[in-house]
Amino acid sequence: MSELVISNLHSYYGKSHILNGINLSVKSGEIVTLLGRNGAGKTTTLKTIVGIVKAQQGEVVLDNENLEGKEIFEIARRGISLVPEHRGIFGILSVEENLKIAINKNSPWSLDDIYDMFPRLKERRKNGGNALSGGEQQMLAIARALVNDPRILLLDEPTEGLAPVIVDEIVRILHQIRSAGVGVLLVEQNLSVCEKLADMHYIIELGEIVYQGTQAEFSNQNEIKNRYLAV
Amino acid sequence: MNLYLFQALNGIGLGMIYFLISVGLTIIFGLLNFVNFAHGAFYLLGAYLSYTAVVVTGNYWVALIIAPIMIALIAWVCERTLIKRVYHLPHTYQILVTLGVALIIQELCVSIWGPIGKHISPPDSLKGVFQLGDFFYPQYRLFVIGFAAVVAILVWLLLDKTKFGALVRAGSEDAETVSLLGTHTHRLFSITFALGVGLAGLAGVLAAPIRGIHPFVGPEILGIAFVVVVIGGMGSFTGALVGGLLVGLVQSLMTTIWPQGASLMIYGAMAFVILLRPYGLFGRA
Repeated sequence: MSELVISNLHSYYGKSHILNGINLSVKSGEIVTLLGRNGAGKTTTLKTIVGIVKAQQGEVVLDNENLEGKEIFEIARRGISLVPEHRGIFGILSVEENLKIAINKNSPWSLDDIYDMFPRLKERRKNGGNALSGGEQQMLAIARALVNDPRILLLDEPTEGLAPVIVDEIVRILHQIRSAGVGVLLVEQNLSVCEKLADMHYIIELGEIVYQGTQAEFSNQNEIKNRYLAV
Repeated sequence: MNLYLFQALNGIGLGMIYFLISVGLTIIFGLLNFVNFAHGAFYLLGAYLSYTAVVVTGNYWVALIIAPIMIALIAWVCERTLIKRVYHLPHTYQILVTLGVALIIQELCVSIWGPIGKHISPPDSLKGVFQLGDFFYPQYRLFVIGFAAVVAILVWLLLDKTKFGALVRAGSEDAETVSLLGTHTHRLFSITFALGVGLAGLAGVLAAPIRGIHPFVGPEILGIAFVVVVIGGMGSFTGALVGGLLVGLVQSLMTTIWPQGASLMIYGAMAFVILLRPYGLFGRA
């Protein structure tokens, strides 16, 4: 069992105060969403957790270990994997090389498991990363995080810009990932995807958590959805 | 006809030396986005270290192995103490710092080995000439071509077929994402810098018996290496190989056809390539 606990997190971009005391937690086998409008601080929260943005105040704790001041690669090695919004696929590497540079022997997913899970990636394993479609890139980005032995997986808008059939595919895969005992923190605009998947929802507005509730509580909160999530 | 064959072989040998110098420069630029103006000075230091190794041990083969390894170690220390502090600064600062390193190395060489050039002989087993019909060619020069080709293949295998190589290529595209996958990118940078500079040291050792060792050759070598990198394309292994051979052949053949213009033609070739392909023959935009 792993648990990621974030308390009173403050982050800045230059002088602008982006996160203003974020509290949330994600446990193994749980999918938690972080919802909110563009610019609310969702991506910054993820970037602060993995150490790309340095927190000015507050704590990120994984299984009772404070990750403050740790380098990006040290946080990654402790089992926090970020699949960034831009997906971060290396175009000059083949699909298989993209996976191989991330392989961690301790991961429950081997390369073969990944190819069973994503047959499309197996077909395209010799292709360059820059030859993939958006959906294939997203699958490769998730697959790459899985071979890296994640305990907590952070996903930044994984269904953005993808066709509905691909979105369904990703929903199916996220179910599998949860069943395998990985905790997932999902930043997502597609509310129907979130409600299909999540155990717990957080809403962020201007760098603060303004709502939290379980899926059962959240599903009929139309007033909350309108106030914080309507475009 | 034999003269042209002779010069063509000279050009290939010279081109392979240029390749060894440039491949480090181009990979360091590709991965670290770092401009190393000390590259020519490390070539020089490699040549001088091989001179001392030959004087002490009397054995060229020992020098050929030890000198490049020492250069790589010196480069590693230099990276850990100084170079890593300027990665995040604009290129102009990197040029100033590495130019300073180059001058320190050059003046150290003058202080230790004196302002007059040194010479080392090829190993005894390679002092003879290779003969085919009425064509004669020094054995050592053939050895340089073959040895550099083997090194080129090893470097290519390292970059193209290993996890280390995949990480170097990935890092040249997006180093932050590489560290998000749990790779210690600082260490990757140090090793790559040491390897790249070590290859320049190796080039210095290989070239020493042919061209002699002169304390002020660093800037000239650096200039040629940049020409090769610009022709081949920044960050490209294939570019360094093709660019190195092209420059070596142009320089060598022009020495026969138009000696006064041999150096000029190198830059002419560079201008021509840039006009046709602004990012070099194998460069990425």
